[in-house]
Amino acid sequence: MLIRNPADILSYEITSETNYLNRRQFLRQGSMASATLFAAPALGAVLPAGTGAELADVARSRYSTDEEPNSFDDISTYNNYYEFGTGKEDPSRNSGEFEPRPWTLTVSGHAEKTGTFNLEDFVKPYRLEERIYRMRCVEAWSMVIPWVGIPLANVVKELQPTSRAKFVAFETLHDPERMPGQRSRVLRWPYREGLTIAEATNPLPLLAVGLYGKLLPNANGAPIRLVVPWKYGFKGIKGIVNIRFVESQPETSWELAAPNEYGFYANVNPEVDHPRWSQARERRIGAGLFAQKQPTLMFNGYGEHVAHLYDGLDLRRHF
Amino acid sequence: MNTTARVRYIGKPLLFVLCLVPVVLLLTDAAGISGSLGANPVEAIQDHFGIWGLRFIMITLAVTPLRQLTGWNWLARFRRMLGLFTFFYVLMHFLTWLVLDQGLLLSAIAEDITKRPFITIGFLAFLLLTMMAVTSTNALRRRMGRRWQQLHYSAYAVGVLGVWHFWWQVKLDTREPLLYAAILSVLLGYRLYRRRPGRARARREGKAPAAGVRHPT
Repeated sequence: MLIRNPADILSYEITSETNYLNRRQFLRQGSMASATLFAAPALGAVLPAGTGAELADVARSRYSTDEEPNSFDDISTYNNYYEFGTGKEDPSRNSGEFEPRPWTLTVSGHAEKTGTFNLEDFVKPYRLEERIYRMRCVEAWSMVIPWVGIPLANVVKELQPTSRAKFVAFETLHDPERMPGQRSRVLRWPYREGLTIAEATNPLPLLAVGLYGKLLPNANGAPIRLVVPWKYGFKGIKGIVNIRFVESQPETSWELAAPNEYGFYANVNPEVDHPRWSQARERRIGAGLFAQKQPTLMFNGYGEHVAHLYDGLDLRRHF
Repeated sequence: MNTTARVRYIGKPLLFVLCLVPVVLLLTDAAGISGSLGANPVEAIQDHFGIWGLRFIMITLAVTPLRQLTGWNWLARFRRMLGLFTFFYVLMHFLTWLVLDQGLLLSAIAEDITKRPFITIGFLAFLLLTMMAVTSTNALRRRMGRRWQQLHYSAYAVGVLGVWHFWWQVKLDTREPLLYAAILSVLLGYRLYRRRPGRARARREGKAPAAGVRHPT
């Protein structure tokens, strides 16, 4: 694969001017904090080779829910990933031969640090975290999923978007040879998604590389995918190869496909129904054949962290 | 054994068992023998009964064209059983929705039927099938006379409503509903073709063989 700007010095290795000027203070603080530093593992997410390999040094997060996670089987065999087919068992059935490594990500647009990065280098500056999040699909079912990944906010800060960057746009790999679902024109390929800068720098969104402490299964978007727990699942773009910082609201795949049914924001909202079905309740996968549906929560229950992002926005119109 | 006896003692029992195969498949799936119901068993059961309901509508509507094209008039005697199995699968689909999906929550059920057009359509098809199933006995058929025929012409409407219900329900990938729409178009198109004006006149003037028993085709 062509890597246009192989950096001799990786971006995160460059000391910023502020840090350079404050180097004495940094050393002083460092010596005082050395005890804690030794206790906590150093930053540096390492992605081992091999499907399903264990991830090391995964921190716990205060954003995790204490609800019981769904089984690995349920999570990895029941989901939507149209790149591998439109049925919910298609991703696990058709993604077995997909090779998610080697993988590169290209960062472009209005940011200080752009270029093409190997996946391993891209995630290295950050600490891996486990985030156990609720996932609410727009089809009115939900799961609880123990993702492992790096907070998107940290990545965005590292890439230093300029003041012109108002949105972050993401794109999935487009390779019909390797992704058989792309041979049908059910969606416009490549799959694309986007967030506002304010959403992308919120502490909740995660660039997930793992599930249940192991590398992400192909069916769930290996090697790297987005998780935005207060939005419907389709915002969680999988197999990401492009990240672009842009000025205007980017096109998103489901809005392109059916703009009257799926919007750019796609916040979980029990009061705004899908034109064809109710969003007031959801079926929790794994709850059993005779379990009642449960009420859907505003912002999927993450309102305390994200509701302020939408102050003054008509959520009925901007669904 | 004459044809009547063969239909009654061999054909019908055989068809009855055959029509129950989808139920057996669902049970073996649930038991993990032939497959599994997956992570969302309620959806799997509901979809299974729904799609078989639709398939049985198509099979039932295929009997008359097949009979006319082959001249095998005994095929007509299987129509009632096939129609009743259509009702059975649609009823199971409806009950799965009512009990397992909606959990008998009346407010949600009423809202779905009135506010969700695809459910309204499905419900309408279910009501029509119920009326046809209830009036399917020989006695009622005789008593109702021409009104029975008119009521049972709803089979065509059920086909249209069924495909429409399926079409509106899928998220984006309409390839499967499109297939059923195509099959239904052939089945209904065939009937329109048979009844085209030229032919009707020819039939009245005795140039074409008169249709046998005039019940819904």
